[in-house]
Amino acid sequence: MAEITYLEGIKQALHEEMERDENVFVMGEDIGAYGGAFKVTDGLLAAFGEGRVIDTPISEAAIVGAAAGAAHMGMRPVCEMQFIDFISCAYDILTNYVATSRYRAFLPCPLVVRGPSGGYVRGGPFHSQNPEAAFLHTPGLKIVYPATARDAKGLLKAAIRDDDPVLYFEHKYLYRRIKEDIPEGEDIVVPIGKARTAREGKDLSIITYAATVWKSLEAAEQLEKEDGLSVEVIDLRSLAPLDDEAIIATVKKTNRVMIVHEDTRTGGVAGEVTARINENAFEWLDAPILRVTAADVPLPYSPPLEDYVLPQTPDIVQVARRLAAY
Amino acid sequence: MASRTSTRARPAARERTREPEQPPSSRLTREQKLELYYFMRLTRSLEERLVNLYRQTKVVGGLFRSLGQEADAVGSAYALDRASGDFLSPLIRNLGSMLVQGAEPLEIIRQYMAKGDSPTRGRELNIHFGDLERGFIGQISHLGDMVPVMAGVTLSFKLRGEKRVGLVYVGDGATSTGAFHEGINLAAVQRCPLVVIVENNGYAYSTPTERQSAVKEFKDKAFAYGIPGVRADGNDVLAVYDVTKDAVDRARRGEGVTLIELVTYRRKGHAEHDNQSYVPAGEIEWWEKNNDPLDRYISVLLDDAGVKREELDAIDARVQQEIDAATDLADQSPMPEPTDALEGVYAVPERVEPLWFRRGVGSAVEKNERAAGWGTYDG
Repeated sequence: MAEITYLEGIKQALHEEMERDENVFVMGEDIGAYGGAFKVTDGLLAAFGEGRVIDTPISEAAIVGAAAGAAHMGMRPVCEMQFIDFISCAYDILTNYVATSRYRAFLPCPLVVRGPSGGYVRGGPFHSQNPEAAFLHTPGLKIVYPATARDAKGLLKAAIRDDDPVLYFEHKYLYRRIKEDIPEGEDIVVPIGKARTAREGKDLSIITYAATVWKSLEAAEQLEKEDGLSVEVIDLRSLAPLDDEAIIATVKKTNRVMIVHEDTRTGGVAGEVTARINENAFEWLDAPILRVTAADVPLPYSPPLEDYVLPQTPDIVQVARRLAAY
Repeated sequence: MASRTSTRARPAARERTREPEQPPSSRLTREQKLELYYFMRLTRSLEERLVNLYRQTKVVGGLFRSLGQEADAVGSAYALDRASGDFLSPLIRNLGSMLVQGAEPLEIIRQYMAKGDSPTRGRELNIHFGDLERGFIGQISHLGDMVPVMAGVTLSFKLRGEKRVGLVYVGDGATSTGAFHEGINLAAVQRCPLVVIVENNGYAYSTPTERQSAVKEFKDKAFAYGIPGVRADGNDVLAVYDVTKDAVDRARRGEGVTLIELVTYRRKGHAEHDNQSYVPAGEIEWWEKNNDPLDRYISVLLDDAGVKREELDAIDARVQQEIDAATDLADQSPMPEPTDALEGVYAVPERVEPLWFRRGVGSAVEKNERAAGWGTYDG
C-alpha cells in the first residue's frame, strides 16, 4: 500500500492509461516542460515525448475541437483546461460539436476534458468556478467530479476508456489535502454513473459531490456527537448520468434529504436531483428537500467574502438540524 | 459625405474574374478532366432537382445552393487522394466536394427529405453528414468550428506518421470567427497536414465581404499564421485543382498548412428563401453571363482538350438518369420511426429512456407507487 494524494491519483491515471493505450495523448497549455499549472502532468513529457504530450497555444476551443477530430480518427485525447473556468471558451465546441457528434453523425468522440475546479482557495471569480451545471443540460456529455484519491484515479481511468466524451472536474482544494492508501499497481477503474455511500446513516441523507463531500462528512460527525443524528452521505461522483437508483435508495432509507454543492444555487445540480426525487419518490419524503449551496454571486476573492459565499460545515449542520426537526 | 449606398456599388465585384491566369492543368488526363465535368454537372443538376422537390414541399427544411461555385468545390476535392485516405470537411456550398469524395445523390435527396434511411436517419438537415470510410466529416452550423476539428484529424495523421492530408472549407464569413483563428493557428504551430480553403463568394448571408473583413484579400490572413496564402480563380476548375494539388502535396511532404482563397460568386441567396434584395442590380446577371464555371469549363474542354460536344451530352444524360433513379428511390423511403430519436446519444447507454408520458400514463403511476386516482388519469 502507498499513500497517495488526490493529485497523484490523477497523475497515476494519466501515466497508466498512456502506457496501456498508445492512442491516449494529452493536450493543453503549459502541460509539457512546465508540467501544468498544478504539476498534474509533471513527468509525462519525459515519459512519453512531445508527440503525446502537446503544449498548445492559448486556444481552448481549438484544443477541444482538435481533440474531437483526433478522437474521430481513433485517438483518445485528454485535454487539460489550465483552470476549468476557461472551459467556457470551449463551450460552443463542446455543446454543439462534441456532444452531438455521435447522435447527428455517428462519429465516435471519446475524449476527456479535465481541469482544476472549485473554490475555497482564494482564487477569485476566474480561478474558482464550478461550471458543471452549465454542461449538465447538454445531452451527449458525461460529467464526473471525484472527491477521493481513489475516485480521482479510478474515474479518470474510466473516463479515458469511455467511448463518450467525458468532462472530468477535479477539485483543486482537494489536490494535496486528500490522501488515501491505494495498492500500488492496482488497475482502479471506477464506473461512471455510480454514486458512493461515503457514510451510512438512517435519520437523514446528504447528497453531495466534490469538496463538499468532506464538509458534509465533517457535519455528519458533529451531528452525531451533538444531536445523536445518524447522517448518510452520498457522494454522487458522476453528475451525468446521475445515479437515480442510489438517490432513490437513500430517500427511501432516511426519508429526509438535503443536497449540498459548492456551485451556485439557481439552475444547479441540486435542483435537478430535487426534481428527480419529486418525480420518483415523493411519497417517501417526510420533509421538504433542502439545499445548501453557494449564494448566487460570482465568487469573490477576499477571504471573508469567499467564506461567506461558499457553503461551510456550520451551514450544513444548521440545515440538517432543521431537516431533522421538520 | 459619401452616401452609404456607395458601398453597394461594390466595384470590386466585377474585378474578381480570372486571376491568376493559368494554362489548363497539364496534370490531369483527358478522362480525369471529363470526370471533373461529370461532378460539376452532377452538382448543378442535383441541386436543380432539389429545387423541384423543395417547391413540391418534399424538402422539409431549407435548401442551400452552390450555383456558380461548383468549380471551387469539385476542383479542390479532386486534388485529394482518396486511395491514401485523405479527408475533407465540407461547408454548406460544397455538395460538389462531397460527391467527389463518394457521397451519392440518393443520400443527398433522402437527407433533404428527412427520411429514416438518410445518412443521419433524419437527425440532421441538408448536406450535414459524413462518412469516416469515404473520408468526409459532416459540418455543423457553427461556422469555423470545423477548422479546429480538422486540425485534430490531421494532427492524428501526423502523430501516427500517416501520409494523409486533410482539407477544410470555410467561407469568407467564417474567417471572422474565433474558432477559425484558433484552429488554423494550432494547425500551423503543429505543422498539421491541412489545407484550409476560404471560399470568397462575396457574401456571408447578406453581408458583403467588405463588411466582413478589412483585408482586401483573404489570402493575406495566412501571413498572420506564418503559413503560405495563395489566391486563385475559384470559377476555373483546373486552376482550383492545380492550386489545391500544390497545397495537398506540400502538406503530404510534411511542410504544414496552406491557406487558399478561392474567388467565386454566390449566385443564389443564403438559402432558397432568401430573395437577395441586398445584391446590387445586375451583379448576379453579370456573373451568370460572363463567369459561369460550367460554361467556362465546357469552353476549355471543347476548345483546348479536344472533347466533343456529344461526349458532354452523354455525361449530361447519365447525370439526369442517376438523379431520376435516386429521386424515385428517395421518394419511396420511409420517414423515421419517432422512437429512433432516443437512440445513440451516447455509446453507453445506447438508448435514452422514454419520458413517462410517452410510455403511457398507466406505467408511470405503477412505477411511482402513486395512490390510484390521485390527480392522474389512468384510463
